[in-house]
Amino acid sequence: MRPFAYARAGDRADATARASDNATYIAGGTNLLDLMKLEVMAPDKLVDISRLDLAELTDTEDGGLRIGALVTNSDCAADGRVRQRYPVLSRAILAGASGQLRNKATTGGNLCQRTRCYYFYDTAMPCNKRAPGSGCQALQGFNRIHAILGASDACIATYPGDMAVAMAALDAEVEIESADGESRLIPVRDFHRLPGDQPERDNILEVGDLITAVILPPPVAGRQIYRKVRDRASYAFALCSIAAVVKMEGGKIASAALAFGGLAHKPWRDDEVEELLTGQKPSAELFGRAADQLLAGARGQGSNDFKIPLTRRVLVSVLGEATSQGAAE
Amino acid sequence: METTELIINGRRHHLEADSRVTLLDALRNHLGLTGTKKGCDHGQCGACTVIVEGRRINSCLTLACMHDGDAITTIEGLGEPGNLSDLQAAFVAHDGFQCGYCTPGQICSATAMIEEAKAGWPSFVSDDLEEPDGLSDEEISERMSGNLCRCAAYPNIVNAIRQVAGGRT
Repeated sequence: MRPFAYARAGDRADATARASDNATYIAGGTNLLDLMKLEVMAPDKLVDISRLDLAELTDTEDGGLRIGALVTNSDCAADGRVRQRYPVLSRAILAGASGQLRNKATTGGNLCQRTRCYYFYDTAMPCNKRAPGSGCQALQGFNRIHAILGASDACIATYPGDMAVAMAALDAEVEIESADGESRLIPVRDFHRLPGDQPERDNILEVGDLITAVILPPPVAGRQIYRKVRDRASYAFALCSIAAVVKMEGGKIASAALAFGGLAHKPWRDDEVEELLTGQKPSAELFGRAADQLLAGARGQGSNDFKIPLTRRVLVSVLGEATSQGAAE
Repeated sequence: METTELIINGRRHHLEADSRVTLLDALRNHLGLTGTKKGCDHGQCGACTVIVEGRRINSCLTLACMHDGDAITTIEGLGEPGNLSDLQAAFVAHDGFQCGYCTPGQICSATAMIEEAKAGWPSFVSDDLEEPDGLSDEEISERMSGNLCRCAAYPNIVNAIRQVAGGRT
């Protein structure tokens, strides 16, 4: 690990004031320290925000829930309100990592976790995300875990997390405080970026920006499902995951919020898929058309070609469960 | 250099170390507490699991200087020869190891995991999120998936944990 200066922030203003181009906040540290040991990341300075007063889960006035940025994944998944009103979020968090990691990982940090692309981790290889302009080895390499949606010629990495996928389906917002003390709200679905020609930028955070909370709107009535497909039964990243919040009325789909993990550089939502489903009677034919729409622009890179038919099957299965039509193949 | 006070197994320790020193390296290389093991050093194997402020964590993925004032329990603090903890005794009785390298992490992890289940925390395999069932073998395996055993002593590890957790969740 490269040497770095360490400073513990006394409060939020102190934290944002200490920010600079090559300073990084550290909270749980489980992803950052892993990457620093490998020198994939080499900040000059760590600003320790782990003791800031941001570890509370509180009800909002409109019936939603405010999850402080330092609430651990364990505490969020186990919170009675999350389990009762936002089960898709509890399930998504519990689908990720291990008990030890969830005890350390925080809500804000988890949003910022970096890709698991093998070439991003391998400093002997070109990677536009790690070393802008060096090229993308994954395009010509082993790309089993890589993106089929929204990728660019510069980067085919995926966002690896589960928590943010559920938050995207729940229309949650990220509360961010900037260095000048201003606070703003960004929908989770707009927080992560597509790689384009700037894959080094995972999300929309600017220097000094501090995530202070994630705000969940009041829960929508209906079924909430998190389905994750991976290479092992536990403790593995998603090859494809779906967070679904589906409301039925009179035998028809009244609303369907669907977010996909493991497929793109961000939790993926497709408004056209959701519109196609809304107001319709569930059927295998309808689910097939939803999958056609979702995957119309999908592109495999070789080793990950299987994700296209896999995603189709997982979507059809999840929609069947969410609309109580059973396995609608 | 960072100055850090760590309360380990009830005893106060003073640490002067580079900011890069992980809690794992502080325990082993600075404080001589070698019961905690270094496996992968990347949070994948769980051999380094210790209990900090009541929570099990990977000591390899946290900086010692971030734990000023924290209470830490390592395998040495759970029991000792002649006075084993219930889980330590159960691992012996059920032969829950072969080479033994992952064992301190397994036992620290299981000790805290049983408390998590007692507190009603659900897991990925819990059918009912709001009222999770007790620690079935499937629940134990899921909740212990952050601890790898290269000798694959898993069946006996589950047996040992089930014996101690039985009737307690």
